[in-house]
Amino acid sequence: MATATEEKVIKFEIHRQDDENSAPYFEEFEIPYRANMNVISALMEIRRNPFNKKGEKTTPVSWDMGCLEEVCGACSMVINGKPRQSCTALVDQLEQPIRLEPMRTFPVVRDLQVDRSRMFDSLKRVKAWIPIDGTYDLGPGPRMPEKKRQWAYELSKCMTCGVCLEACPNVNSKSDFIGPAPLSQVRLFNAHPTGAMNKNERLESIMGDGGLSTCGNSQNCVEACPKGIPLTTSIAALNRDTNLQMFRNFFGSDKEV
Amino acid sequence: MAENREFYWRRLHSLLGVIPVGIFLIQHLVVNHFATRGEQAFNDAAHFMESLPFRIFLELFIIFIPLYFHAIYGVYIAFTAKNNTRRYGTLRNYMFMLQRVSGVITLIFVTWHVWETRIQAALGAEVNFGMMEEILANPWMVAFYILGIVSTTFHFANGLWSFMVSWGITVSARSQKISTYATLGVFIVLTVIGIRAILAFV
Repeated sequence: MATATEEKVIKFEIHRQDDENSAPYFEEFEIPYRANMNVISALMEIRRNPFNKKGEKTTPVSWDMGCLEEVCGACSMVINGKPRQSCTALVDQLEQPIRLEPMRTFPVVRDLQVDRSRMFDSLKRVKAWIPIDGTYDLGPGPRMPEKKRQWAYELSKCMTCGVCLEACPNVNSKSDFIGPAPLSQVRLFNAHPTGAMNKNERLESIMGDGGLSTCGNSQNCVEACPKGIPLTTSIAALNRDTNLQMFRNFFGSDKEV
Repeated sequence: MAENREFYWRRLHSLLGVIPVGIFLIQHLVVNHFATRGEQAFNDAAHFMESLPFRIFLELFIIFIPLYFHAIYGVYIAFTAKNNTRRYGTLRNYMFMLQRVSGVITLIFVTWHVWETRIQAALGAEVNFGMMEEILANPWMVAFYILGIVSTTFHFANGLWSFMVSWGITVSARSQKISTYATLGVFIVLTVIGIRAILAFV
């Protein structure tokens, strides 16, 4: 049955790069249309049948993915010019040809795959955890007010996807800015009643080079964040906290936390 | 330079832009405005300013040192950004870009203006209404001065907005929105004062 729907195709322009150091190029693909596809199911289709638009056999496109429900952050890429997760990028809502590029703020491993290690290193730098390990049971920590828990839950939605870093004009090869995501984590862990016991250490970690003060307030991060995290509010609140910390450090203070 | 000093340099940069440089800008534009009351009024005001005691120290510590620290560090900041207003065409992202562009224009304008007036004064010229009249007899200079003033007042007003963020005064999205309107008001008022003074010499 040779109907029009059978001939309908989805057009892609995909950034290809064979390894970390090779030159990037674009390759065009056309895959048969199916309703309700997302970018990942389309990439799977290309992987199943790796022929480009001209009908030449090519290597399957390489990309990262994990949860397929926008909570892990692994499948982030630049889709039609905007960084976002490819699992929630629905083909029927995208303009064609769909242009897929890696988030070049990060080192490109291959094709659409990037290395987001710098973000995980930043989380280590800012001590984005609550230290409770010891040699004996410390018992339960202080209670957190329910309202505060609900507010903190929003900040905890960060999946380290890297979209805010890709959107930020101050995160680039000329700058060592750690980006909005790890900064907001400082606010999250400092708001936790047990985490607050190490507040100063986290504040001091973001007062180093490439830390909080490198933010230039373009506020792209809060526009781009797929989880709607109030990143710019976190940054401004941390500005207030680090300034007080700066004065305490400079003039000397007996206020520990 | 010692490591981990960036935070302090950035905060100093933010502070000096408003105190004293921003305060000096307002004072300068207000004194210039005497030109709208005629040649005598302007010359009297200029004479009062230049006969302030300890003038050279006032100029060094309130103007030149903070201004050029702010300017040179600002150029470094401007050139470490990678603007992306085409991808994110939001107001704040445009402001981010314009803050850097206006900073560079302002530096060029101010340096030229200092050469043409203060340095010439040090070399023996007299800074008065006649001097400005002569400079602004050239229509290109009128355009350059108006561009310079608009760029300076924009840079100051928008800088005031980010000063309030950097010092943790405006934290919530709403407070930052209100300060956007407030600093827009500062921009309009200072621009009108500045341009009225320029046109008084033309």
